[in-house]
Amino acid sequence: MSAVVALRDAAVAHGEATVWSGVDLDLAAGEFVGVLGPNGAGKSTFLAVLLGLLRLSAGSASVLGAAPGERRELIGYLPQRRSFDESVRVRGRDIVALGLEGTRWGTPLPLLGGRRRAEVRARIDAVLEDVGAVAYADRPIGECSGGEQQRLLIAQALVRSPALLLLDEPLESLDLPNQASVSALAARFCREHGITVVLVAHDVNPLLPYLDRVVYFAGGRAVAGTPGQVITTATLSALYGAGVEVLARSDGRLVVVGQPDMHTHHGH
Amino acid sequence: MNPSFSANPITDLNELLQYPFMVNALAAATIVALVGALIGWFVVLRRESFVCHTLSVMSFPGASGAALAGLPLASGYFAFALAGALAIAFGSRAGARRSLSHESAVVGSVGAAALALGFLFLSLYGGVLESVETLLFGSSVGITVGQVRTLAVVGLLAATALAAIGRPLFYASIDEQAARADGVPVRALAIAFLVLLGLAVAAIAQIVGVLLTFALLVAPAATAQQLTSRIGLSLALAVALALVEAWAALTLSYFTNLSLGFYVTSIALALYAIARAARELRR
Repeated sequence: MSAVVALRDAAVAHGEATVWSGVDLDLAAGEFVGVLGPNGAGKSTFLAVLLGLLRLSAGSASVLGAAPGERRELIGYLPQRRSFDESVRVRGRDIVALGLEGTRWGTPLPLLGGRRRAEVRARIDAVLEDVGAVAYADRPIGECSGGEQQRLLIAQALVRSPALLLLDEPLESLDLPNQASVSALAARFCREHGITVVLVAHDVNPLLPYLDRVVYFAGGRAVAGTPGQVITTATLSALYGAGVEVLARSDGRLVVVGQPDMHTHHGH
Repeated sequence: MNPSFSANPITDLNELLQYPFMVNALAAATIVALVGALIGWFVVLRRESFVCHTLSVMSFPGASGAALAGLPLASGYFAFALAGALAIAFGSRAGARRSLSHESAVVGSVGAAALALGFLFLSLYGGVLESVETLLFGSSVGITVGQVRTLAVVGLLAATALAAIGRPLFYASIDEQAARADGVPVRALAIAFLVLLGLAVAAIAQIVGVLLTFALLVAPAATAQQLTSRIGLSLALAVALALVEAWAALTLSYFTNLSLGFYVTSIALALYAIARAARELRR
């Protein structure tokens, strides 16, 4: 199986400052990948590279067998920290539809476009059903809870039937039960539909049951491997260049102790 | 002329339509309502009400500047609205990573400069310009067939342009990050929309005045968005509300001899208040 994402000696710079460099990476089709690391280590930057929004300053990258940005229609993307306040008077369903048709010029007119419109509608209904958002898809999105909005936005990323799903901190600002259910949802799409899921997170624990691979960014570098290989005292200490300790609690949750925040660069 | 209200719609309508100025006023109001409500719907969605207001204020230096330079007033309206739209677009880096506080400071400064310039031009001109009151509040009398034609052409162009960019503009307006990642030209659309808004506002302000432009553009769309979250219905409702406001205001103003502006704004405000209250009650 060819790699869905391949990076070779890749580096990214914001102006003069190098965010990360020397990154070699292969993500296989159907893998569930967690992207971890402290603030500012370049996790979102990694997604921006995969989307073709940011060019490498060195090395090479391929995404779905082409240069980044060329297979955009096969990538579903959930940007970081989005929420809609109460003044947004648009139905969740219409937000989901943007993932399918938002970039098309023109304006859909009522009573026109019969068959295509019916297909679009059926596709949206199927995705809403799949993520469990049917009950609130016809409400204004601003009136939905944080967890409901996140499911609708994941539906927006999924509606084009992507081969690669990029989720930037989808668990942030969710409570623990919602973190668990959104993680399970992403994992289910990975297993059932063979979608490669790349999920950026702060905390590895909600993802631990599902992860095939971890990419850990810190100290201007990245390490990839199974959670058992990467989230260890030895690997992380070497990556940070500082003493970091990984503790396993009795319930199996991992705690990384003493990780310094990366303040040398800022991600976005 | 001694208008009398008979409460018989047919008789009243006949009375209204026997005066050419009233026919012109109704035609102009209809075009303004149609186009203004559609553009206003995006103004509300994009939270650019303040920008919209400022662009209509540009009409003041536009009209007085054109009078001073001895040019047709319409050319001043369009030139200044366009200049205002571009100043706001580039000054606030519209559609770039947005900083709302920076944006509103730029918009406010442009608006203040417009008012100052307007008064300067007016005092330099010294002659008889249509009264400042008419400039601000418009007048239902004295709309010429030529003006209605200009309005129709600008309105048609604006509506066509809006239809062409409608869906990506909606995407960029409501979900900027995702739209940008999807390759939607967010910044180009933001600039294009400001220019479109400027041109439409310039055309509308010539008829209904600087202040009422805002009431006819923003209020019906804001009311419609309170009433429904279905996009198509919301747009249709905005147009319908704008038409009702414009026609009712013209008719009432004719029969009661009170200012058109008073009726437009109070009907718009009343409808918005009712819609808002209805929404609060339903929850």
